[in-house]
Amino acid sequence: MHRFANPARFMRVSQKLLPWLATITVLFLVAGLVLSFLAPPDYQQGESVRIMFVHVPSAWMAMCAYTSLALASAAALIWRHPLAEIAAEETAPLGAVFTGLCLVSGSLWGEPMWGTWWAWDARMTSVLVLFFLYLGYMALLNAFDDPTRGRRAAAILALVGFVNVPIIKYSVDWWNTLHQPASVLRMGGPTIDPSILWPLLVMAVAFTLLFVTLLVIRMRAALIERKIRVLDAAASGALG
Amino acid sequence: MVSFKALLLRDLRLAFRQGGDGAMAVIFFVLAALLFPFGLGPEPEALARDAVGIVWVMALLASLLALDRLFQGDWEDGSLDLLALSPLPLELVVLAKALGHWLVSGLPLLIAAPIVASMLQFDAAGLPRLVAALALGTPTLSLLGAVGAALTLGARRAAVLVSLLVLPLEIPLLIFGVAAADPAATGDGSTQFMVLGALLALALPLCPWAAAAALRQALD
Repeated sequence: MHRFANPARFMRVSQKLLPWLATITVLFLVAGLVLSFLAPPDYQQGESVRIMFVHVPSAWMAMCAYTSLALASAAALIWRHPLAEIAAEETAPLGAVFTGLCLVSGSLWGEPMWGTWWAWDARMTSVLVLFFLYLGYMALLNAFDDPTRGRRAAAILALVGFVNVPIIKYSVDWWNTLHQPASVLRMGGPTIDPSILWPLLVMAVAFTLLFVTLLVIRMRAALIERKIRVLDAAASGALG
Repeated sequence: MVSFKALLLRDLRLAFRQGGDGAMAVIFFVLAALLFPFGLGPEPEALARDAVGIVWVMALLASLLALDRLFQGDWEDGSLDLLALSPLPLELVVLAKALGHWLVSGLPLLIAAPIVASMLQFDAAGLPRLVAALALGTPTLSLLGAVGAALTLGARRAAVLVSLLVLPLEIPLLIFGVAAADPAATGDGSTQFMVLGALLALALPLCPWAAAAALRQALD
């Protein structure tokens, strides 16, 4: 794993991989969207069931991104890899957007289905808290004049938040349960009809690929930006 | 142990001689809680129903008030560097600071809470449970707050930032704290008290550890 922690090697490998990654992502996204619209309307929810094809993968990605944020932060704190620091820093906005997308799409679905834009039910509340954890992380990251200090503090916060997520989840569940119970990942197989499950799974793969592609693009951009800043400093140092 | 005690006593002496933060937290707590009758209306039933929630939310907010000063002064005048160099582990320095914060701004709340709750028409029979729940919950608030204060040490607008970081992490305490003290809940609330105790037992080793790690970054 340490072999790949070299920024120069990352730039080389990612440059070769990125076109392929982007192509596969687009293919999966198009396929997922087409399948979502071809899926039969639900007998109870009608056409609005299609919101789920965006909502559920966003929710999965919101949690997945926080996990990778915590893992990258741990790696950055333990080994001081510059690449892990950049990965953590660039994961946070993506995760926040997925979380926001999950909240907005859920709200749009809730209005016709439950008759309300927002309900204080357990899962929605914990996703909202997750959203604030992302915002706190990003705020702390940018709160220092010295970017290194911001990165290290934010990495510790990500780990503290990661330990807290299950506690928050458990306590909010305990506080109120109104949302439907888990129906895809559960004992005894999914309870969703295959006609809806397949588009959902394709969309989930597409969202994961999209996350990886965007992360690689953002990490490349951040590395180039750092290089430019170093060159700038060197140039002005040589002049002055 | 001697240096732990010395540090704690020093913090307490500083707090009492400067006489700011602790008294301010209590005054804020009482004043803010007494805004609710104006906002919600003076009907005794409504106030009595919401009293536990109001007291807990205000305790949460009051605990944030003094947080940005927790390490700031020592950091600015360099005492924090000396504390980091002292044989006392930085984790215990944090623990002493958090304990000092709780003694100055948490403990007075336990005395003020029954008064505020009674003014909000809360049934007097429920007061011991409310105070017990606060006694078990507020130390965890101070410990989590110490992590937030250590993380934001030297940040721009640290006082606002620390609330943004700490409040989401305190939601579980609010949930179980209110449930433990709520007389409308079924049972004697022993489950909730155990969870509050568990949260404190979890925060007691983990929070000083995380806060000390954050302080080391700040002192680098």
